[in-house]
Amino acid sequence: MTAVHRITEATAGHHGRPVYELRGVTKSYARGNLKALDRVDLTLNEGGFASVIGPSGCGKTTLLKIMAGLVPPTGGSVYLQGTPVTGTRRDIGMMFQHATLFPWRTTIENIVLPIEIRDGRAAAKAKHADALALLDLVGLKGFEHRRPGDLSGGMAQRAAICRMLITEPAVLLLDEPFSALDELSRDFMNMELQRICMERQATAFLITHSIPEAVILSDVVYVMSPRPGTFVETVEIDLPRPRTLDMMTDRKFGEYVRHIRTHLDKGAFL
Amino acid sequence: MTAVDNSQGARPDTVWSEPVTFMDRLPRWIGMTGLMVAFLLTWQVIHLSGLVSPIILPGPWETAQDIAFVGQNLLTGGYMLTAFWITFKEVIFGYAIALTIGFSLGIIVGEFAFGERAVLPYLVAIDTMPKVAFAPIFLAWLGFGISSKVALAAFIATFPIVVGTAAGLHASDEHARALFKTMGATRLQTLIKMKLPLALPQMFTGLKIAAVGVMAGAITGEFLGGGKGFGELIRVAASQLNTPRVFSLIIYLSLLGLALFWTVVWVERRLVFWQKSSAGGGMAQ
Repeated sequence: MTAVHRITEATAGHHGRPVYELRGVTKSYARGNLKALDRVDLTLNEGGFASVIGPSGCGKTTLLKIMAGLVPPTGGSVYLQGTPVTGTRRDIGMMFQHATLFPWRTTIENIVLPIEIRDGRAAAKAKHADALALLDLVGLKGFEHRRPGDLSGGMAQRAAICRMLITEPAVLLLDEPFSALDELSRDFMNMELQRICMERQATAFLITHSIPEAVILSDVVYVMSPRPGTFVETVEIDLPRPRTLDMMTDRKFGEYVRHIRTHLDKGAFL
Repeated sequence: MTAVDNSQGARPDTVWSEPVTFMDRLPRWIGMTGLMVAFLLTWQVIHLSGLVSPIILPGPWETAQDIAFVGQNLLTGGYMLTAFWITFKEVIFGYAIALTIGFSLGIIVGEFAFGERAVLPYLVAIDTMPKVAFAPIFLAWLGFGISSKVALAAFIATFPIVVGTAAGLHASDEHARALFKTMGATRLQTLIKMKLPLALPQMFTGLKIAAVGVMAGAITGEFLGGGKGFGELIRVAASQLNTPRVFSLIIYLSLLGLALFWTVVWVERRLVFWQKSSAGGGMAQ
């Protein structure tokens, strides 16, 4: 199958300099001659929010792992802030579907864990003031000495946001961060995420399989199809910020959703 | 939208209660005491009926008297206390050795590819053998003193600790590993700050099984290799057909086993404070 060839590339974040630059990123597995990713191009500018949407197994998690330096690509190049990504880096913050807070640590000890790992206990202690400010930012003030067992799913993800931000990363990689939450909390947390990203002018990259979530959060949505994983459509979302949940009933929002769904159907379920 | 009108035709509340069984309402200690009384009564009836010779099955009262006698001997520092002390040392040394070797092997098997691929198959092979059968070898190597019993006790108790530690180290999920990788953690940091704490619950399951096994090992060693411990007292009492004595010695021996088991549970509750002790908790109240 020679799928859609060259799509005019859109870039997320209109003004800033490029933070992430991916050119022809390919990942194939020798076993089974499987091509997980095929020539993926992507540019993410400073302050931009981009999403990749696609069905399960389309290679979006592989793409994120390559961007994070967790697995090597078999072709193409990945540059972050002008330097090649050849392993995990300090300037990347990551968040997963599960908060993965450690129950023997208090909330604040969980948040400063990345600092403790990199620079030791003393440095982590010195970051407690920053951690408290972040807890305030995500609305968890007063929970610093509670253990994760006392936190709800949404609160745990808020703490995970703090842990991701404590190292002041240049980019946030978000791997379906709220998909384990119920739908009401999820919508709410997405709005919180937007607020936090806007306040800190963060550059973020989200992978998701929810079309409305991708549209409401992003400047650009990349639609990915599987076998081999490749971008079949790039949709620039031209909705004013800050976005609100009410916008989800807008005609324009509905058109974006419909447009993405059409391309998803074409690409994914052939 | 209109509010639902509740005023019209007020109906009675439909309050009803779920059926509660008699056992649900009964306090636990009553059930336990009742069962014990029934057991003692049955025992007494069988004893009085003369169906079983009193040499084979002494009555509950005789046994109770003997328990009191042995207890007095132990408390006044008699010869039984000396024997108890020997068995106590065998159990404690055996457990300490099993803990050291078991934990180390568990780390090797659970953390290193070499351990999992090369060491584990041999451990599984040895674990499937009836370990008590090794007793004559330990006696031949280490003699009839305390060390051969310590060796057998440690040998039996090591394997559950290895399995618990290794399985626990594999318990860390993919997300936690990916998280530590993105934070740039070294292998040692990942082990100490993430894998070992996450392994603790399964490690303690192994430690509890080992606490039971170490007792069996020490007593089996004494049965087969003589010596001066509690197992030897049991063997002598049995050979003299002093059945009440055998029963009471077993009771005091099981107190040692319980003390060890509960020490492990106590440490677990301190160390794994974020989780309720599984096996111990279930057996607890």
